[in-house]
Amino acid sequence: MSRAPLGRAPLRLVLPALVALGFLILPLLTLLQRTPWSTIPARLVEPKILDALRLSLLTATIAIALCLLLGLPLAWMLARVDFAGRSFVRILVTVPLVLPPVVAGVALLTAFGRNGILGGPLRELGITIPFTTTAVVIAHTFVAMPFFVISVEGALRAANQEYDVVAATLGADRWTIFRRVTLPIALPGVLAGVVLGWARSLGEFGATITFAGNFPGTTQTMPLAVYEALQVDFDAALMLSAILLLVSVAVLALLRERWLGQAAQ
Amino acid sequence: MRRAPAGVLLLLAVAGCGGTTLTSESGSTLTVLAAASLTETFTELEGIYEKDHPGVDVRLAFDSSATLAGQVVEGAPADVLATADPRTMATVTAADATAAEPALFATNTMVLVVPAGNRAGIKTFADLDQDGVSYLTCAESAPCGAVAGSLLDLNQIGSPPKSFEIDVKAVLTKVELDEADAGLVYATDAASAGDTVETIAIPGSAEAVNSYLVAPLRRSEHLGAARDWVELMLSEKGQRVLRQAGFGPP
Repeated sequence: MSRAPLGRAPLRLVLPALVALGFLILPLLTLLQRTPWSTIPARLVEPKILDALRLSLLTATIAIALCLLLGLPLAWMLARVDFAGRSFVRILVTVPLVLPPVVAGVALLTAFGRNGILGGPLRELGITIPFTTTAVVIAHTFVAMPFFVISVEGALRAANQEYDVVAATLGADRWTIFRRVTLPIALPGVLAGVVLGWARSLGEFGATITFAGNFPGTTQTMPLAVYEALQVDFDAALMLSAILLLVSVAVLALLRERWLGQAAQ
Repeated sequence: MRRAPAGVLLLLAVAGCGGTTLTSESGSTLTVLAAASLTETFTELEGIYEKDHPGVDVRLAFDSSATLAGQVVEGAPADVLATADPRTMATVTAADATAAEPALFATNTMVLVVPAGNRAGIKTFADLDQDGVSYLTCAESAPCGAVAGSLLDLNQIGSPPKSFEIDVKAVLTKVELDEADAGLVYATDAASAGDTVETIAIPGSAEAVNSYLVAPLRRSEHLGAARDWVELMLSEKGQRVLRQAGFGPP
């Protein structure tokens, strides 16, 4: 991978790359620049904001755990198992990506709402999902799962299947192969999926407010708190956005150090 | 890129100068921002206005008053703003973004709606305090939330709502879907929902009347047309539409 044999990076790739980078970074920089930083310490001790931050981190983390638990096997099935209708299933997994999040929220209501296919019977048992923290987790998992599955499936497909075959000829069963061979090789891709899904979940707004509602402490995540602040106090909204941005960048940087650093070795 | 549309607009303005006031804005678009609770009436008024102003295309955008007021203050290109309370309009006048004194054009009161069938068996507003009853209001930053909050206080309802929805239509939709046992909405929303909800009066609602204000905006490039819209709403024709939808007189 040394640079010399390949020559210099061509300008026709470098220039658009710089434009892309600038395009992504400029609005974030201007957001930070307009943020009234001096009031941040006072804001950070407001219970309502701490609640929202705590809830956001908690629900995004549970959502990504669910993605690992359920989405990883799905990604493996799509990448490694030959079954009828596989390409159709692959499309099905992608569909939630194009749904506007608010529509995703309405869809979740039709399934898990008090009169939904699953929510109706649950209501008879005395369990209602909408307007609970569980609903926030469900909404987050629903929007994050496709990102996770698609990126992990890509990583699994890119990883050479020959190793799986070798392990099988040495007598390993498929569960052992998955655990000891496939997963370790694809680990960087899985971690990328975790980061992608977690980040998507942290920024989730539309599905959450539609399906889970907005109540401080139980369903009001940071994006919802930002939206509510936006209605009365633009400066407060800027600051909440900045806090969310910095916390997520810090967590992602930490993960990268800890996990990707190890995985690369 | 930036010059072409500006030139076209200038041409339109010059071309329009010879005509009567009504056609002077022909071929233009009038952007009206309005509180979510005005959705049905403004849609009807759009038809009347466009019939009277051939060539003017009215574009309506509905959202919570606070969101719209914020957008106007931040410089969103719009011609008219109608809010559901004086407080949100005040943020716009404070930013000097209106082209005329805001005019009071309607009032609205709050009612309690329950889903058709009323499974929770809610009979009075005080029943909101019963165990296991879930109800919704607007976020406190929205006008409907402010009124709802004062009515809950007035009636000494201790249990909090399940959720502070972003606007009154979100409250209504979730009650219609039977996701909550009750919701505080405007009388006009309850009227527009028809048979999907049942309406219960709120004691003291007459003291917490919501006032609706409308104003043409300073940034408007079609001030004449914007003023005509305000005039229509204050006219007998406009008032009739508002009254039919359940709004009170200004």
